[in-house]
Amino acid sequence: MTKSAPNPYGFNRPHLLGIEGLSKLELLDLLDRAEANIELGRQPKKKGDLLRGRTQINLFFEASTRTQSSFELAGKRLGADVMNMQVGSSSVKKGETLIDTAVTLNAMNPDVIVVRHNASGAVALLAQKVDCSVVNAGDGSHEHPTQALLDALTIRRHKGRIEGLTVAICGDVAHSRVARSNILLLTALGARVRLIGPSTLVPGAFRDMGLEVTTSMKEGLQDADIVMMLRLQRERMQGSFVPSVREYFRYWGLDEKKLSYAKPDAFVMHPGPMNRGVEIDPAVADGPQSLIREQVEMGVAVRMAVLGAVVHSSGNGGEAL
Amino acid sequence: MAGQRTTDTRPVLLTNAHIVDPSQNLDGPGGLLMEDGRIVAVGAGALNNGAPEGAEVIDCQGMVVAPGLVDLCAHVGEPGHEHRETLASAGRAAVAGGITTMVVQPDTEPCIDDPALVNFVQARAQETSAARVRVMAALTKRQEGGELTEFGLLGEAGAVGFTSGRGTVSNAQVLRRALTYGKDFNALICNRPEDQDLKGSGVMNLSEAAVRLGLGGIPSEAETTVLARDLRIARLAGGRYHASLLSTAEAPTLMAWAKDAGIRATSSVSVAHLTLNEIDIGAYRTFFKLSPPLRSEDDRQALVEAVASGTIDIIVSGHDPQDVETKRLPFAEAADGAIGLETFLAAGLRLVHAGDLTLSRLIEAMATRPAALAGLDAGTLKVGSPADVIVVDPEEPWVLTSRDIISRAKNTPYENARFTGRVRRTFVGGVQRYAR
Repeated sequence: MTKSAPNPYGFNRPHLLGIEGLSKLELLDLLDRAEANIELGRQPKKKGDLLRGRTQINLFFEASTRTQSSFELAGKRLGADVMNMQVGSSSVKKGETLIDTAVTLNAMNPDVIVVRHNASGAVALLAQKVDCSVVNAGDGSHEHPTQALLDALTIRRHKGRIEGLTVAICGDVAHSRVARSNILLLTALGARVRLIGPSTLVPGAFRDMGLEVTTSMKEGLQDADIVMMLRLQRERMQGSFVPSVREYFRYWGLDEKKLSYAKPDAFVMHPGPMNRGVEIDPAVADGPQSLIREQVEMGVAVRMAVLGAVVHSSGNGGEAL
Repeated sequence: MAGQRTTDTRPVLLTNAHIVDPSQNLDGPGGLLMEDGRIVAVGAGALNNGAPEGAEVIDCQGMVVAPGLVDLCAHVGEPGHEHRETLASAGRAAVAGGITTMVVQPDTEPCIDDPALVNFVQARAQETSAARVRVMAALTKRQEGGELTEFGLLGEAGAVGFTSGRGTVSNAQVLRRALTYGKDFNALICNRPEDQDLKGSGVMNLSEAAVRLGLGGIPSEAETTVLARDLRIARLAGGRYHASLLSTAEAPTLMAWAKDAGIRATSSVSVAHLTLNEIDIGAYRTFFKLSPPLRSEDDRQALVEAVASGTIDIIVSGHDPQDVETKRLPFAEAADGAIGLETFLAAGLRLVHAGDLTLSRLIEAMATRPAALAGLDAGTLKVGSPADVIVVDPEEPWVLTSRDIISRAKNTPYENARFTGRVRRTFVGGVQRYAR
């Protein structure tokens, strides 16, 4: 990551807890910084020194392979010492509360804690109890801000803009933090967001947020520039929210036919991990319109930008980058 | 005669009839012409162009001509209980009762919770039934009340709605999700409002009669508490809710509230509950053991009024064949249910002769409205519609004797009962399937 002149309207906060509340200029600033990291990630020698000597703790209360390794790699490429807390073997399992854990970790003087927790609002609660920066890596069904940023970065690199695009988010919106962060970010940057899925998974209350909501893929994908598929948890597709995998795939799974309702140059995205044959046909997931693999690459670039920004924010006594 | 697959499709002209078709406000003298399975002319001016060459002309002096009846609640034993009733025997009974479309219930073995079973029943019926057969699929898998069935795929296979069948979906969250998910397919979601705990070991209406007979009573609240809950869940979820087989006087007031509140809720009552009451049980007569139970005369009258006003939308047969083994038992141990296909119209006519319902409203509640609820192209005599037509002598007196019963099962509550009015001919798709 290269140091540039401070942007007075750019992102300068000690924490990234969500997309909500961030201005358009802050979001664009983070995307611009991430953009600059992409090249570094493609060099044979990938190590920077922005966080040299700094300590990053990845505190994941929910199992995650890709997000945790993405944050770990991002920290290491910036030169930080990265520690992964194995929650399964930690004292949390022995009854220690979230606050106890936070206080304990705080005593180790880390510079940034990356937190994932299954309860909405838990990351913000933890942030109040520590002196270092906190980055939300997903809290319950609330927010997953770095995912939304990496999605936006991927879209911008392929479409050249966010503003004016029509983005269809399909599937289990009700339980998705990815959807919420994306809705906030894409709307803030001027995209038009549509939600598609069965009413059990896309509550009508989203309409009250000013979004277009439909149960029909055909209707919802009309003129879409981006089709963003969401993962459907296995326990939700056996009769509670959706009767069966085959019925879900029939009406809401993205196959080539349904994709043809979108614009011919539309791109397909998925935050992963995918259920091939449930929410997405393998032919589409691995097809020419898919950006799914590139999303992973952008993930590291975005997380480098976020980690650097929060640790060096002026609120942390650093100099805003 | 009934059940035979004739290929005789020459035009049929019904003349000098009294035409009753609520779908187009017809209630007066006229004729009807059917050709190639469809209605081509109806009403006072139906004969203006004369009869086509080769048409069979039937003089219907003194007869009523009406749309074939559409019964949204008939239990048939196929598959699994063919000794009680098959699609063939039920079809024969149906056309004798004026029913041209019967919607069979999913409480079979296996229960109808999979598109392949919908296809099976429809294919069997196509081969064997004199009446048209459509399927109401199970609302939950294995009818266990937990997991939703595939409303989309079942609907594509031909299911016209989804029902809890003889049971009740008691889990409010499951009903809520069914209505929410069903909304996406415009599905009709039917629940039997009955609280199993309040029902307990009850076997008849909770009343002085039950006390006298020493039988466990089922309070009205077993129905009304669940109905009141269901209607609020329907308001929350916004789907199409249908309360099956109401039996209590208070139920219509709840339905009226729901309709006023703009809730998409409809309801049905069986013709038995409109024409019989708990006193008919007499000395432990198990053919009068129904579920929900026959209730008091006050309840019956309130239900009749609710049908007349439209607060209760439709009348069903509730046909539920049981054999000797399940009925010839002490009252409390006997199975619930009564057959009702072949007496469907005749029993309904009792209400017309008693001055409680107009004939037009009866036909509407037995044909036009149920067809609309199930999304069927039936229950109407409009030109272009399938020629599902009945010819009824509204004044013919007759007595139902056990040897006349067409159904394979004989558990009718109307044995040796007197009726006024009887079906004379039934046409399904322009083909005469019943005549006498």
